[in-house]
Amino acid sequence: MTEQGGPGSGNSPDGAPFLSMHGISKSYPGVQALDGVSFDVRAGEVHALVGENGAGKSTLVKVLAGAVSADAGEILIDDKPVVIRSPKHAEQLGIAVIYQEFNLVPSMSVAENIMLGREPTRGTGIDWAALRTQATAAISQLGVELPLGVEVRRLSVAQQQMVEIAKALSTNARVIVMDEPSAALTTSEVAVLFEIIRKLKASGVGIVYISHRLEEIFAIADRVTIFRDGKLVKTDVRNALTPDDVIRFMVGRSLSSHFPTLPQDPPREHPLLAVRGLTAPGRIENVSLEVYPGEIVGLAGLIGAGRTSLLRAICGVDHFTSGSLTLNGAPLQPRSPHEAIEAGLALVTEDRKTQGLILGMTIRENVTLPHLEDFVRNGHIDRRKESTAVAKLAAELRIRTPSLEQIARNLSGGNQQKVVLAKWLLKKAKLFCFDEPTRGIDVGAKLEIYELMVKLAEAGAGILMASSELPEVLGMSMRIAVMHKGRIVKIFGRGESTQEEIIRYATGTIAA
Amino acid sequence: MSASQEQNVARVVESETLKLERQKRRASLLRTVGLFVGLVVLLTIVNLATHGNFLQPGNVLNVLRQIAVNAILATGQTLVIITAGIDLSVGSLIALTGVLMAGTVNAQQSVVLGMILAALVGMSVGGFAGFINGLPVVRFGLPPFITTLAMMLMARGSAFLYTGGRPIEINNSAFNFLGSGFVFPSLGHLFGIPGIPMPVIIMLVVVIAGSYVLTQTRFGRYVYAIGGNEEAARLSGINVFNVKLAVYVVSGALAGLASLLLAARLNSGIPQSGQGYELQSIAAVVVGGTSLMGGRGSIGGTFVGALLIGMLYNLMNLLSIQSYAQEVVLGAVILAAVLLDQLRRQYLATR
Repeated sequence: MTEQGGPGSGNSPDGAPFLSMHGISKSYPGVQALDGVSFDVRAGEVHALVGENGAGKSTLVKVLAGAVSADAGEILIDDKPVVIRSPKHAEQLGIAVIYQEFNLVPSMSVAENIMLGREPTRGTGIDWAALRTQATAAISQLGVELPLGVEVRRLSVAQQQMVEIAKALSTNARVIVMDEPSAALTTSEVAVLFEIIRKLKASGVGIVYISHRLEEIFAIADRVTIFRDGKLVKTDVRNALTPDDVIRFMVGRSLSSHFPTLPQDPPREHPLLAVRGLTAPGRIENVSLEVYPGEIVGLAGLIGAGRTSLLRAICGVDHFTSGSLTLNGAPLQPRSPHEAIEAGLALVTEDRKTQGLILGMTIRENVTLPHLEDFVRNGHIDRRKESTAVAKLAAELRIRTPSLEQIARNLSGGNQQKVVLAKWLLKKAKLFCFDEPTRGIDVGAKLEIYELMVKLAEAGAGILMASSELPEVLGMSMRIAVMHKGRIVKIFGRGESTQEEIIRYATGTIAA
Repeated sequence: MSASQEQNVARVVESETLKLERQKRRASLLRTVGLFVGLVVLLTIVNLATHGNFLQPGNVLNVLRQIAVNAILATGQTLVIITAGIDLSVGSLIALTGVLMAGTVNAQQSVVLGMILAALVGMSVGGFAGFINGLPVVRFGLPPFITTLAMMLMARGSAFLYTGGRPIEINNSAFNFLGSGFVFPSLGHLFGIPGIPMPVIIMLVVVIAGSYVLTQTRFGRYVYAIGGNEEAARLSGINVFNVKLAVYVVSGALAGLASLLLAARLNSGIPQSGQGYELQSIAAVVVGGTSLMGGRGSIGGTFVGALLIGMLYNLMNLLSIQSYAQEVVLGAVILAAVLLDQLRRQYLATR
């Protein structure tokens, strides 16, 4: 490597690439995941990689990480061809990957995690002093504070991510791949992450930045590469592209708008759901709120503000100590998710992998799970009836799969989210509670999910939607309830709020 | 997309799905045929090695009768293991329910009433023990390894306390018929055997019923769902508490039934009986392809696992291999079987 980009320079450094991939192809049964893709990373640049779910980004990352081997194509590091044999080998070659689901050992300390697998030894034992010194060195490169001796599971998501980055630095990584690094971060945490990325750039590390959030890409990337259906459709410097260009390349058409047109506000006479003084100590405090039939109510707030807890309490997942709920005027006291579902509530959970899906089961089996009793005839499950019902939903939701017998684990994120939605559309619920309905899914699938919400509202369902993405809350809500420390501090009517105002209430800078 | 287009897509997806299901069924049939052919070849070799004794109808029935107790235990164990649990208490429950049944039988004048009461006592005590196993698991989140280990000790100790350490002899012809009797004598005469042993009939009923419940009913689907992802199952409205509790109750009750067959065969309730049976049942389950991680497995596989282990013991007996060496061979075979299954899965996953 002879040249490096200037520290913090917005333009692409025009040095020779440290790592380049040529004509990479990889296929899985029934899917051409990568089709002759070329991609390179220069020292000191941030190269953003975007594309819809299933476009091939993850597969490219797996090839880089040595987790899978490509069917065709070659990889050069410093202009010398290499074969990446294993994740360990990738590490030795200077490639580090930070996955969305971190590879940390929760019960080990920060220092132990950073040095995991490379512990300095003295005699037969671990040289703890050297371990701490080396871990500290990696952390100080980031310019952040991390408590060395604390168990990783006690850290926030943002701090855990810093541990991952420090771990990558301690392996002397020259390319760091970050897969959706901002997905679980708050706005201020993303700002810290960007600071770190700028420092890494300045020290000559190349970054591959994968994200669905275009505003981040335009804030941090030097170059942008867009994938669609396993093929590379565009690589260019960021300044030569607009967000609309990127979306057009990603979905292969231009999206007229990011959000569908919301229907008129419904008449607010008889609330579908009325929440009165709901309290679960330490999580939610004295929350009162109505949702009317045909209404979409957004729940805004910082992580930990109690949005998820509120939805879980309403839907019978967690218990509350005082307060009351009514559904269509009748008292509602769900003591379990089962009772809530019976009453006509649907909770679309925030984490599809741990809460939404049985990953080892097929699409068909996942979708019918909440209402399996409807498919029982003479004591046994009627599989044909299941297939018919699920096929109809799969078509409505445009779940892209060759068959309903596909195992949920093998689907892309957007399709997994649609399977979760299908579970709750099988029998029309009265009230839908969406928790981060579009986290980690692509623009096209997002719009489809928004359109679905509008359809549900038009059909008279009530929707309560918790989201950390303010544009989403603003674009999709007829009213917006802002939560702070377990309380609802403000309810805005349609068009009464701006991002700045919501943030002010959410951060508690305005007292309620 | 218009409504009619959507219908079209739905039709295509549905027909593709049914096609794939057919293909899967055909593939699994092919695999079954392959296994069967392999088995026939293996059996022929084994039969030659044992001078034709192995495949004598009498010997085949003998094997089936010998595996009955383990196959019934392993059926319940399969349910528990698919929910990602384990039941270590079944061996000791054989001893406890066995001596209690012996006591019940002997306290009755009427032969038939004694048999019925004993069966009820055996299965309900087993089921109740299963309830005690499961309750701390579902209510307080204790690991099933611990609760069933505790039950293993308590049940064994109780069996010894009840009899003072001595076996209780059973003198009840109806009861003993369940362990030693034969039915369908005319069918048996065709093959020169006295009929089909009762334990074999009972085992087949349990295995077939268990397999039906697991693959065809809501309860079965829920068992897989809980083993696959308990939290997602709960949020889908599944009553995880009841389903998990039920698998331990079923496992305990089936231990009672297995104990009945054993006690009836030995004409006595023996507090020392059933030692190590919990591990034999787990071995049958894992050799049958069920994952200890939960969410995956089948009772059909478990039956094949129990059959394989039973045939292996029988073969080694016919070849006069001494019993210490038999244990060594069995351990190696279990390891090899599960290893092969794992390699097959990895191969399928990468293909």
